[in-house]
Amino acid sequence: MTRWDWDYAWEITPGLIQGMLTTILATLLGITVAVILGLFLAIGRRSDRKWISYPLAWIIEFIRSTPLLIQLFFLFYALPLITFIPEPIRFLSPLTALVVGLGVHYACYCSEAYRAGINSVDKGQWEASTSLNLKMTTTWRSVILPQAIPRALPPLGNYFVGMFKDAPQGSAITVAGVLFVARALQSADFRTVEPYTIAGILFLIVSIPAAIFVRSLERRTFYET
Amino acid sequence: MDDLILNARQYGNLLEGTLVTIQVIVGSFALGTFMAVVMGVARLSDKKWIRQAALVYIEFARGISAIILLFWMAYALPILFGAPSMPPMLAGILALGLNMGAYGAEIVRGAIQAVPKGQTEATIALNMTDRQRLRHVVFPQAVPIILPPYGNLTIEVLKGTALVSLIALNDLARVAQVIRQNNVISDSPVPLAILYLNVLVIYLILAQVIAQLFKVAERRSARRFGST
Repeated sequence: MTRWDWDYAWEITPGLIQGMLTTILATLLGITVAVILGLFLAIGRRSDRKWISYPLAWIIEFIRSTPLLIQLFFLFYALPLITFIPEPIRFLSPLTALVVGLGVHYACYCSEAYRAGINSVDKGQWEASTSLNLKMTTTWRSVILPQAIPRALPPLGNYFVGMFKDAPQGSAITVAGVLFVARALQSADFRTVEPYTIAGILFLIVSIPAAIFVRSLERRTFYET
Repeated sequence: MDDLILNARQYGNLLEGTLVTIQVIVGSFALGTFMAVVMGVARLSDKKWIRQAALVYIEFARGISAIILLFWMAYALPILFGAPSMPPMLAGILALGLNMGAYGAEIVRGAIQAVPKGQTEATIALNMTDRQRLRHVVFPQAVPIILPPYGNLTIEVLKGTALVSLIALNDLARVAQVIRQNNVISDSPVPLAILYLNVLVIYLILAQVIAQLFKVAERRSARRFGST
């Protein structure tokens, strides 16, 4: 038996690329959830009301310290059995469960990036807003966030790449991403070398340029004061 | 309150899984730290080919994603080289360790670069060899810079150990999956939400233990290596 069969490799590549597109789609949807939810988490954590800020801090710590894989299992296997939750929220499709899992997991990371950005805004900006009698929502929207968000962008870029690397975990809850396709080929054709090697190469083709792009973003400084 | 806990046999199974998880994290940490130090130093070598070899390793091991590397190690690598198949524990430790080493190398490199340049110049003036310089001057000052991000990295690797359940290693995550599958034939099925919450809490406890160990190490290194 030859160890590497080129004909077989070419035959399975389109399917693996198709799977890769699903993995990329899950990442794009997941990061959208993460950057939006993460911002609200960051603002909520700064709340003066302790009954908001304390539980949020604890939940963020809990989600950040536990494996995404188990969180996905929870969303996919346990959630449908919790009967007091309304049905449309309980029964998630595999892709939805993955997007929610990735989104919430990384929202907790993103909230830390936002928090650092918000903390780096000068205290005088808050004081100026108070003295101008701006409403709280106006202060956040027009004064604080336009300064904080650009500073949070480089770490958010890193989480984007990180999420892409975690997205194949969806194969454990039957999302037809690149790893799922490779595992399906393994059980159908009893071949492992080509599927997993091509999956790895496809991964590197996407993730290394993405990482280089994010690093170039990091080198640019965002001073807009 | 009784609803939140499992029975003794299930906790026994989870404990066995936890011990496997601990073995995987210890093994990955050892390999990862070795690779991190070697590759982190290699990234700053005088010789260009060493620098580039280290860079290739780092970009490869970081870019490929731990889970893909794991499946490739477990199923493709042995066949590709005509070797006998690898025990899942070894494949898991290799994949997670190599992945950790790549991230760790960047931490080590950054910390070495953060040591003031005058220190290196002083060792040259004192006619120290490169090895003496690293061992007695640069590393002691780099360790306090390395430790905080390294603790976070170790917790990331702990979370990554759950992936070995997918290559049939009986770690904590897989024990949970086996209990779930047994539910189908069981008279008294375990509520899955309770099962997974228990598992998540065990991971949380392990993560807190790692965080505390690193805090102790940080305090010690601060005492031993001065104020930096």
